[in-house]
Amino acid sequence: MSLDRLANCFETCRSENRAALIGYLTAGDPDPDVSAQLLQTLARHADIVEIGMPFSDPMADGPVIQAASERSLAAGTTMKDVFRLASQTRKQSPAAGIVLMGYANVAYAMGYDAFACQAALAGVDGVLLVDIPPEESTEVDAALAEHKLHSIRLVAPTSSEARRELAARSAGGFIYYVSLTGITGAKMGEMGEINRQITQLRKQSDLPICVGFGIKTPEQAAEVAAFADGVVVGSQFVSQISEHFSDHCAMIEAMDGVAGEMREAMLRRCK
Amino acid sequence: MINELSDVPESVYDFSIRHAPDAGGHFGRFGGKYVAETLMGPLAELEAAFFEAWEDEAFQHERMRLLHEYAGRATPLYHAERLSQENGGAQIWLKREDLTHTGAHKINNTIGQGLLARRMGRKRVIAETGAGQHGVATATVAAMFGMDCDVYMGREDVERQMPNVLRMRLLGANVIPVDSGTATLKDALNDALRDWVASCADTFYIIGTVAGPHPYPLMVRQFHVVIGQEARAQMLAQAGRLPDVAVACVGGGSNAMGLLHPLRDDPVRLVAVEAAGRGLDTEAHAASLAAGKPGILHGNLTYLLENEEGQIQGTHSISAGLDYPGVGPELSAMLEAGELELDAATDDEALDAFRKLTRVEGIIPALESSHALAAGLRIAAAMRPDQHVLVNLSGRGDKDMNTVFKALGWTEGAV
Repeated sequence: MSLDRLANCFETCRSENRAALIGYLTAGDPDPDVSAQLLQTLARHADIVEIGMPFSDPMADGPVIQAASERSLAAGTTMKDVFRLASQTRKQSPAAGIVLMGYANVAYAMGYDAFACQAALAGVDGVLLVDIPPEESTEVDAALAEHKLHSIRLVAPTSSEARRELAARSAGGFIYYVSLTGITGAKMGEMGEINRQITQLRKQSDLPICVGFGIKTPEQAAEVAAFADGVVVGSQFVSQISEHFSDHCAMIEAMDGVAGEMREAMLRRCK
Repeated sequence: MINELSDVPESVYDFSIRHAPDAGGHFGRFGGKYVAETLMGPLAELEAAFFEAWEDEAFQHERMRLLHEYAGRATPLYHAERLSQENGGAQIWLKREDLTHTGAHKINNTIGQGLLARRMGRKRVIAETGAGQHGVATATVAAMFGMDCDVYMGREDVERQMPNVLRMRLLGANVIPVDSGTATLKDALNDALRDWVASCADTFYIIGTVAGPHPYPLMVRQFHVVIGQEARAQMLAQAGRLPDVAVACVGGGSNAMGLLHPLRDDPVRLVAVEAAGRGLDTEAHAASLAAGKPGILHGNLTYLLENEEGQIQGTHSISAGLDYPGVGPELSAMLEAGELELDAATDDEALDAFRKLTRVEGIIPALESSHALAAGLRIAAAMRPDQHVLVNLSGRGDKDMNTVFKALGWTEGAV
């Protein structure tokens, strides 16, 4: 086992002949306290936990994750809470991969170096800033590298051959393939096409390739798990919060149920 | 080719690109392309199409023909003598963008981007709008080109700019109220971007200001520089000299870049007037340059109004078109380079200027333009009568009747 926790996560999954489940929740949704319990619940089923940093203007997100950001900010969540939640998740799940995901401005406002330093102290393994393409990443990547954090890259159906090369060259941790041309939580792209794209990407990069955006059902997760190294599920988990908004126990129970089902389905469809 | 009755010969229009950003769209440390990977391909395609069109004589000819025959350019430069006299001090000159078709400068840009959309084979256009002027201008060219048109508009703006909502609907556009976030312009921009991420294969996103990811800030500026190019020639022809000061209001900054850019290499003071709302010492304003700090939003790095956590703040201005927490990246760069003077006008000052111009000159200005006028009057008052202040009257005020009546405490029956 190496010191690279994300690599270890994927290595473990590979040895168990399965794909990694990557679960997303927005930090502080519906409030920092309940969020801690939800992340703990999710970490029991997910190999990698993606912790969303709430932002006032989440441009790449659909209505479900937009609402999550709004609920979190309305509850007063700050970046200090985000790092505390990451740190708690790290303590409770020492082997889990932890990725911070969000928009550039919250990191820029802190200063990239302070941001990377805090993230590393909290036990985070990688960072995905959705609105920082490789062209704008020099400064933030240097700060992340300084603190031994992976800079995770997106590849989209609209990415040209040259852009895929660029992403493959500069990515760390894993490559996040966006399954659809659109925002989070939209209708998933055609499975055969996604499979072809992943096959193509493998020729360009040795990094694990995960697929996200639009995966809602255990069946979809299982199908993607058959050819990808990891499956990212976000909106489906986040929607448990709005569906059980008034009852925190039911919310945590539902999260446990949905995440468990997702993992089960992926196990049944081993590669 | 341009209106022979005006003093604007064709040679006034300069198609060179001065003060270009770097290849990545950076103006100094500002600008750039801060978008999700999915949009990088479509933006590269747009950039290539824009530069190719800009170099194409046929494209420029068609654009200038439409600006002339359809939008009514060149717009006049008006020497507001009575206003200058009553105000005291320098002579006030108004660049009459309010006289363009649809009633604001926004049409300059939508004609340009509309032509580009047609050239790229797009059948559908989308836009965000605050005051509704950009939405109307987009709906107008969509009707003219026979394209489908969806306009995103914050719920709050839909209510305060109802006349423009009705105009857009009459023009065949679909107005989509936006309820997310603060339900104003920034949120409309978010939703338009979300639409475009999913629809970029067949849809052209017509951004209405000099913000957004590269190439938008450059492209929108280039479509608006006709304002300053004309005004510069008209000042020389009518006043016999350049203005001492040029003044424009700034929300995103499209009319400001349009007027000020062609004057950048002249000995002219360039003044950007932001919306001070209820005062810069309150939180209810929209003065990103004066009170903000650099940050990343809507695809570019620029001055933003945000809290210490980097969360974008709600803004306030009596004029919906200035109610935006950011500003075009080139204006941020110009400010830091010392090329730009900052000024601000409160809601009340804008209303005073609105009433003054209406009563003294018989011109009803948009509330956005009233901000520029308020600052222009203040600046002129401190100058000599042989000096000249050029103010961009970016739009007309018909759309603001409800807001103004309410602010003045009038009821419609009492007029």
